[in-house]
Amino acid sequence: MSRITKTFERLAEEGKKALIPYITAGDPDKATTVPMMHALVEAGADVIELGVPFSDPMADGPTIQLACERSLKHGTSLRDVLGMVAEFRKTDKDTAVVLMGYLNPVEAMGYPEFVEQASAAGVDGVLVVDMPPEEARSVDSMFEEAGLDFIYLLAPTSTERRIKTIGEVGRGYVYYVSLRGVTGSAAIDVEDVERNLDRIRQHVKAPLCVGFGIQNAEAAARVSEVCDGVIVGSALVSRIADQADNPVQAIKDVTGLAGSMREAMDANAAAEV
Amino acid sequence: MSINTTEKQATDFNVEMPDADGHFGIFGGRFVSETLTAALDELQETYEKLRNDPDFQAEFDKELAHYVGRPSPLYFAERLTDECGGAKIYLKREDLNHTGAHKVNNTIGQALLAKFMGKKKVIAETGAGQHGVASATVAARFGLECKVFMGSTDVERQKLNVYRMKLLGAEVESVTCGTKTLKDAMNEAMRHWVTNVDDTFYIIGTAAGPHPYPMLVRDFQSIIGRETQRQCDEQIGRQPDAVVACVGGGSNAIGMFHPYIKYPEVEMYGVEAGGLGLEGDDHAAPLSKGKPGVLHGNRTYLMEDENGQIMGTHSVSAGLDYPGVGPEHSWLKDVGRAKYVAATDDEAIEAFHKLTRLEGIMPALESSHAIAYAMKLAATMDKDKVIVVNLSGRGDKDIHTIAELDGVTA
Repeated sequence: MSRITKTFERLAEEGKKALIPYITAGDPDKATTVPMMHALVEAGADVIELGVPFSDPMADGPTIQLACERSLKHGTSLRDVLGMVAEFRKTDKDTAVVLMGYLNPVEAMGYPEFVEQASAAGVDGVLVVDMPPEEARSVDSMFEEAGLDFIYLLAPTSTERRIKTIGEVGRGYVYYVSLRGVTGSAAIDVEDVERNLDRIRQHVKAPLCVGFGIQNAEAAARVSEVCDGVIVGSALVSRIADQADNPVQAIKDVTGLAGSMREAMDANAAAEV
Repeated sequence: MSINTTEKQATDFNVEMPDADGHFGIFGGRFVSETLTAALDELQETYEKLRNDPDFQAEFDKELAHYVGRPSPLYFAERLTDECGGAKIYLKREDLNHTGAHKVNNTIGQALLAKFMGKKKVIAETGAGQHGVASATVAARFGLECKVFMGSTDVERQKLNVYRMKLLGAEVESVTCGTKTLKDAMNEAMRHWVTNVDDTFYIIGTAAGPHPYPMLVRDFQSIIGRETQRQCDEQIGRQPDAVVACVGGGSNAIGMFHPYIKYPEVEMYGVEAGGLGLEGDDHAAPLSKGKPGVLHGNRTYLMEDENGQIMGTHSVSAGLDYPGVGPEHSWLKDVGRAKYVAATDDEAIEAFHKLTRLEGIMPALESSHAIAYAMKLAATMDKDKVIVVNLSGRGDKDIHTIAELDGVTA
């Protein structure tokens, strides 16, 4: 059983929802990423989405675009990111790590090498924003054999046929994009999310996690009522941007926000029981 | 494994490309976020319906004839031919189209699609501003709201076109992320589209991007090659020995090439921007020096570093300043049907002056790359051979650049 699946089973037993923070690897610098990952686990993260920086992040808003630029200024490569995961794994054997990014750095490395090295580093899942299931078909089995969960997105505009396809091929969890737009856009509409998740649940067995537009602890708590996990990216990354010259403070601010989300989500779950 | 060089021998050029999922061999496809999938499905469905619909085709043809001014002439450049001392050089005069370039063939087609789909707003990306102008023009013609995304570097160096777009009623959005040029304008247009997908049509300016764009842009631009075939029959009684076109994203070239693909006796040459020379990094020649990768929704040759990050490009011509290329060109290169070469900034500028002085035709700096290579090629061929060069645009927009290079302050 994959580390991601184990995590969601444990959470289900505890009656809790997953907190999934996203940070861009190498932002604000390479040395900060691994300590920040450990600090996020400390603050209550169940899965970490680690962004692989890309020069042309088409699906991201300005916050994550700038994070990519900060990271690429130091030349952070996919190999560097895999090195960070391996470093993190030396002392953390339990927290699932998902690499999130765009396809071209993977294409440049080559699929066989990427799959082998990601698996060896201790990566659990891969979310490639611009790799839809149709295009992934020819490489999907390679990822599966290496024990890497291929995580897909679903959107408010996804058709029933599409939801079925992703229900069949998605592993680990499914990332539901809560709104029409790029990362870091407007605030989330929980009722709209709930309606769409009901529709999706009919065809998708994997845990459903929701991202885009979750800006604070209160929103995280409300969204967590209707899904299996809450993904927070731009809200955390903008804390890093504010303290890009002071990585120690950046870690404090990021974990402060993540911790407050954890508390609010757990309090909510406890109240429901 | 999906990444393999396509077999050269096995290719049947009579088979319709792309396949149902938009693949040209290993190239093309649809590499986009889930958030764009429904919109692309809708576009594909609409286009498949209209592609062979006689009413749609008739409306498109009517616009091309009476609004764009087609057919564009095929002109024998006699003095240029004499200068080179070899094959006869003919020019396909896309510079004489309304708005001064081939771009309008495509924007008319896509604006008609937008109309059929009931979309009231169009967006476009632009580098030099030619596609932005062509989009703003058809938006005015069809009463659509138009927003054009343009890198802030290009906004600065193409002020006249920015003003043209504004006169036409378009809003120009200056893009300040990344390298602040065409690729970033395209990123930003995609982001805007994802957010406003219900009422907005994205008019992509070149034969690249996610399926079905490379196919539909090619179809709209193929009027260039089809007319050339007819005009060659009429004027010289046979087809040319070679066709030559410049390649940035590659829409004018694919428009010329596509109808000729199944006639292997006609050689095809795509001329990329060699910038300061192919030995360094200051060029925009992904087919000559790049490798296959994925950007802007399709797999194609790209200029990228060893880690898969997209590189900044350089060309004296803003319209060729793009790190990728349409997927059909990548396929034509790999199967060996077309040859891709490069002309440097200096060669293009020299060709600009030659054509201006010898024929009284001022070519766009993009098209000057094609002229530069055609002149070299002609000199190696016998006098009874024929070359057709696609003169994709006129050079008025580049006078400022040329003046600066000549040290003239206008």
